[in-house]
Amino acid sequence: MKKYFKSFLLVLFAIVCFIGAKAQDVAANTNTDVMRSNGKIYVVMAVVATIVTGLFVYVYSIDKKISKLENK
Amino acid sequence: MIRKGWWKLLAFLLLFFTSIYGFIVKVPKLDDRLEHSIRNMFFHVPMWFAMMILLFVSVWYAAKFLRTTSPIDDFYSKAFAATGTLYGFLGLSTGAIWANYQWGSPWSGDPKQNGAAIAMLIYLAYFVLRGSMTDEDKRSRIAAVYNIFAFFMLFPTLWILPRLTESLHPGGQGSEGNPGINGKDMDANMRSVFYPAVIGWTLLGVWVSTIKIRYEILKAK
Repeated sequence: MKKYFKSFLLVLFAIVCFIGAKAQDVAANTNTDVMRSNGKIYVVMAVVATIVTGLFVYVYSIDKKISKLENK
Repeated sequence: MIRKGWWKLLAFLLLFFTSIYGFIVKVPKLDDRLEHSIRNMFFHVPMWFAMMILLFVSVWYAAKFLRTTSPIDDFYSKAFAATGTLYGFLGLSTGAIWANYQWGSPWSGDPKQNGAAIAMLIYLAYFVLRGSMTDEDKRSRIAAVYNIFAFFMLFPTLWILPRLTESLHPGGQGSEGNPGINGKDMDANMRSVFYPAVIGWTLLGVWVSTIKIRYEILKAK
């Protein structure tokens, strides 16, 4: 689990960067940007996804701290 | 199962999927007022599903404690009750936000709302009861007995009483319907997000509970 976690986070970060870069590309010249369509609901989607990810990173870090204490 | 990590990753993947696809998936138009707020089915309703599962685990360990009197079982019971109650309050508050835009006010005294609030107060009393006793053995024993009482109060407050009267909740047609959700409102697309959401939120609750349990075990050492 520990082994894969870092690479998993990296892949996730790469995906987010890719989507972000792509969105900026499109936003620069047209109005078809996904984030700006449909009443900007996808902005909310991005916020919720970020909160869920942050929450899990936090819970995971607590989990790790407890594991460390248990191993002492 | 606690030590192994695969289900924690699964919880994350399911909830990440929910928070992305829950906004994209095509939803049926049920009435003119509901619009996209039907997507709350992926966030508000799983709170209650997960709460029921967590509280069931809690009462399971309460009953187990009464047989074994092992403090570990008491830790389990307490942690799952705490997470379940937290989910219940999240369900109440998200429901109030949704109700404000769907029914016109955050609290309409809907039988389901009242029932859920009563159930939550009963579970709050569980923690008050625990906090009021210093003798550990007595506390665990009385708390376990009260936990069983509290769980069986969920039956009338959440499942029976709201069925006996008209409810604002979908499906609430007197004694005929289920006043929580109307299963017919969800099409196959919505189900493909709803069930992963329920499993994901439940697993997150289990994870948080296990962390609490492990903390309690460490503290007891």
